[in-house]
Amino acid sequence: MNLMEYKYKDMIHRCFRCGYCKFPTDWSDITNCPPYARFRLESYSTGGRLWLIRAWLNGELEWSPNLANIVYSCVGCKNCVEKCPHSFNDDVVNMIIAAKTAMVDEGKIPKAVGEFLTNVQLHGNPYGMAAKRREDWMEGLNLEPYKGQEFLFYVGCEGSYDTRAQGAARATAKLLQQAGVSFGVLGSQEISDGNEVEMMGEDALLEDLAKKNIKMFTELGVKKIITLSPHSYNVFKNRYPDFGGEFQIYHHSQILANLLKKGLIKAPEQADARITFHDPCFLGRWNEEYSAPRKVLAAIPGAAFAEMGRNKKGALCCGGGAGNFYTDFLGGSEDSPARIRAREADEAKANILAVACPNCLTMLEDAVKVEGLEDKIKVRDISEILTA
Amino acid sequence: MSSIHQELVNIVGEDYASNRREELFTYSKDLGTSQPLWPEYVVAPKTTDELQAVVRLANETKTPIVPLGGGMTLAGLALPQQGGVIIDLKRMDKILEVNEQGRYMVVEAGISHGKITSYLKKNHPNLMHSEPGAPPAATVGGNLAIHGQGDLAHPYGFNTDMVNGLEVVLPTGDIARFGSCAVGSGWYTMHPLPDIGLFLGWNGATGIITKVSLKLYPCKKFRENNMFVVENEEFVPDVLFEISHLGMAEDLIATSSEIPPMMNRLHYISIINTGDSEEELEFKRHMTFDVQLAKYIRNGVGGIVSLYDERSRPQVSKSADWKKGGGFEYVGAIVPVSFYPECYRRGSEISGRHFIPYTVLGRVIGSCHSMMFSWSYAFNRADDATVKHARDALHETDELVMELNGTIWKPAIFGQKLMLERMDPGALRLMKEVKKILDPNGIMNPGNWEVD
Amino acid sequence: MYELKFDPDLCMACDTQDCLVKCQHMDIDQEAARTEILKLAGGEDSFVLRDCVTCYACEEYCPNGNHPFYLIVKMQEELGMFPLPDPLVKSGVQVGIPFRGEPVIDEMEGTALNMGVFSPLLGRVAGSKLFEGLPIISHDSRKMFHYFCQLMYLHYGKTSVINERLDGIIQTLAAHGAKEIVHFHDECYGTYTSYAPAFGIEVPFKSIHLFEFLYNRLLELKDEIRPLGYKVVYQRPCSSRLSSDKHPFVAKIFDLISVEYMDREYKDENAMCCGATILGQKKEGSRVYCAEIQKKNIDDMKKAGGQICVFNCPACMQTLGMPVSKAGIMPLFMSDLCRLAIGEKVG
Repeated sequence: MNLMEYKYKDMIHRCFRCGYCKFPTDWSDITNCPPYARFRLESYSTGGRLWLIRAWLNGELEWSPNLANIVYSCVGCKNCVEKCPHSFNDDVVNMIIAAKTAMVDEGKIPKAVGEFLTNVQLHGNPYGMAAKRREDWMEGLNLEPYKGQEFLFYVGCEGSYDTRAQGAARATAKLLQQAGVSFGVLGSQEISDGNEVEMMGEDALLEDLAKKNIKMFTELGVKKIITLSPHSYNVFKNRYPDFGGEFQIYHHSQILANLLKKGLIKAPEQADARITFHDPCFLGRWNEEYSAPRKVLAAIPGAAFAEMGRNKKGALCCGGGAGNFYTDFLGGSEDSPARIRAREADEAKANILAVACPNCLTMLEDAVKVEGLEDKIKVRDISEILTA
Repeated sequence: MSSIHQELVNIVGEDYASNRREELFTYSKDLGTSQPLWPEYVVAPKTTDELQAVVRLANETKTPIVPLGGGMTLAGLALPQQGGVIIDLKRMDKILEVNEQGRYMVVEAGISHGKITSYLKKNHPNLMHSEPGAPPAATVGGNLAIHGQGDLAHPYGFNTDMVNGLEVVLPTGDIARFGSCAVGSGWYTMHPLPDIGLFLGWNGATGIITKVSLKLYPCKKFRENNMFVVENEEFVPDVLFEISHLGMAEDLIATSSEIPPMMNRLHYISIINTGDSEEELEFKRHMTFDVQLAKYIRNGVGGIVSLYDERSRPQVSKSADWKKGGGFEYVGAIVPVSFYPECYRRGSEISGRHFIPYTVLGRVIGSCHSMMFSWSYAFNRADDATVKHARDALHETDELVMELNGTIWKPAIFGQKLMLERMDPGALRLMKEVKKILDPNGIMNPGNWEVD
Repeated sequence: MYELKFDPDLCMACDTQDCLVKCQHMDIDQEAARTEILKLAGGEDSFVLRDCVTCYACEEYCPNGNHPFYLIVKMQEELGMFPLPDPLVKSGVQVGIPFRGEPVIDEMEGTALNMGVFSPLLGRVAGSKLFEGLPIISHDSRKMFHYFCQLMYLHYGKTSVINERLDGIIQTLAAHGAKEIVHFHDECYGTYTSYAPAFGIEVPFKSIHLFEFLYNRLLELKDEIRPLGYKVVYQRPCSSRLSSDKHPFVAKIFDLISVEYMDREYKDENAMCCGATILGQKKEGSRVYCAEIQKKNIDDMKKAGGQICVFNCPACMQTLGMPVSKAGIMPLFMSDLCRLAIGEKVG
């Protein structure tokens, strides 16, 4: 691809690299862009990345594995969109995603990205695991397959396969059962939602997955979907309509907040808990849902709640977005965003770091361990706190 | 892998030293109109120890080094004129101490102004520092290296007048401290020791500032922008003089620009008044508009545009994207306030010649002791012809400043030459000696303030 | 050029002189009022030209449908007695100059909504059921000055600017092809239904007042209205004086959505100017006077027990929104209040 074929050819030069995009809402540090926080070289800032992309597309700079790593280190957290003061701010992250698309089209992508995309394409999940293993998380729960119930509980790849995230899937399912919610699951029929593949620039695969999912949902008569992951929530809600898929989408935090409000589930008392909440990007900045998970946490009798310094629109991403929970471009350093976040939870004197996303759950749990904080801080999905 | 690169990796770790093309490309470009100049290495130390080791390595191998803060000068002052190593100092950004009663804070010099503003707002809401008219990613060290001014310039002067102590890594890699901290007495004053501060305003050509004690000032609860307008530019110096007589405003800026039309050929004077109560604010409004500026209103030649508009800190500027081009650069000059009318008139002529809508601004420094006057030239980064126009306009403006007997602030290399050509021979000789003594191998940001 | 249709005979025959006697900002008895208005009608100077705060109210007070306010403004210009300092006049005149390209004329039929110069407020109407099906004119804030009704220049003593520019604005609006236009701001409505006829300027479309539209729309949506029950006060803007026949819709809307319309001193005909235009006037003491009337106005809202202050004009909102809110009263546009009443969220 050259610059003239690039969707944002008339826009990408407008980035001045003024650096607002590095900050959180309250300006407390220049480390709110996850890759910049991790590497602290200008090439890894949003502005640096946009200038590099432009230079690549207009032939000023040749493609290199390092360039691809820099572009793919963007986790799509949308902090830059939030902070860029210019009128094109909405498209800042899109400009990066479009560059990833250009790399996909030319087959010039990092190896880990290639693996991820191939696995999703061949196996319907990034781990390359067998479809039947998707049911592992359900063992002993006595869940019904979806057959016309009110809700489809879409678990997603992480909740299905990742042993840690399975805990959140199980807890959510138990709560729905307790509350008498009419729901079913897809089990081994479930495939990837496509959010990450889009964030990694693989448009065609997103379209393929979306069409397959829409066909399956429609044939099963699905109207309402509860997602475990904000990533699924995002793509179902905002992208599937483009492919003709109109469903009512709920994130599990919204459902749980509602069930608590109606008294259909009850939060157990946790007198010693001091909870902080890490906003998932695809629930927060992408979909502006900041209150539902906080309502859930506020319903826990006896628990104290403390915000981390960076929260809501200004939250620092865990670094797991856009497939980075798998590709791990930001790992391996004390400046890895998840480790910074673990330390921030400690600074907030929290003993529970609550999350509402299976990606954040695994990223932050690992980070807490590496930071040696596992005796002080437990990382828990909000559903797990309610079933404690 | 070159040996210097390996040495740098050994000092700061693999993640923070690069000789890869992508990093070198990124650091070869300034945000303004400067042509790219490529470094050979980029390094981002975390500690003074690491920085010292980098500087020692450079000195031993006679490799040029260029310290970089936020990279916001727009004048290419952190571009490597002779290759070498760019040292990105933004990882050195700790807040080390805040002394509330003594009204100062000690920081590592790579800290961003935004972080300081945020920290003080949260933890010491009655204190503030002078925030430069740059995006909040600008760093303290960078700003001091170019004699920056900020939003407390009217009451307290240049940001470099607000330094209570300094730590510097010398070109040899050694450390020197200045002010009371040099005698182990804390960081509360720069005086009364003999003046050997040779690092402010040098663009890093004599040493790298690593720690700074910044003076802090009272921060009032409410801060509002009161806007006054005149049409005749000749009135501007007197309006500013009248307001500065009160000694009440926190910031005082006159602006005029062709776009939007509302600003065209009119001069807007932004008066930042502050107070801890409505009574305090109303008293200041009263003194400003009903007393000092009443004659302008009465005569119909000056008017109140707006009052009460809340002024937030840090200020967010969208000026970089005028005309959807993603670029601008300006010449700033320190001039007497009385120069405003001429600076405006001549500046708008230069803009006109280069098809750029004129944009000028004058910020009062001290009690009208001087003014930072800026001429901004927008360009479209994707259109070389407009970049050239902006570059030419900047050069013409540098020459204009010289013609008017002004002093160019943070001049680009072109402007530095103009200034050095006119410099008093005694001062010139001393600059040369100082540079030779401190930096015998000429490794420190070479090309900057270089006396032939 | 267009000339004001003003009939001095009506003033000669008038036995009230309400235009000046009722003025809140000048203390004039009936005899003096008669002398001064006749001076103005005869093209002579009067202190009224210097003391007028340009609140539009006399347009409404006049019992004869004459145009005392337009006359005052015209005379201010003719005698060079501009109420504002010159640089403010220049600045104001330049504000209305479009500078970001030509508007895109999307063609529409039937009824359209005109945002005028308030396209930045588009988010308050777009997507609301209240305006469903209404194509929107001036939805792009970069082009909004092509739809600027210009009437603001009545505050500047500049009828000449209005008369120079208005034809072009009308043509741009008309080019969209809508037969009926609902104006988001009633200053636009006043321009096309009061000012234009007074100066003999032709308007090829029918104008609909926002409040009349909202009222009728709420009637259609009656089943969805949930009674709000708030105690509200109303900040009546100067431009509303040009369409006093539509002012009763305020009470009718409040009644329909079940909010309590609180009585207060500055209500209806005795409404108090927001002060925006007074702040910068040349006349000595204007700044302090502006602050005083704003304080009186807000104190009056508080005394009346208002929980919500309903605004019609975005300029009033900009001027008074913050102090109203600091006084513990929630400022809200009428359209937003109506949206709340049909269960919509207001950001």
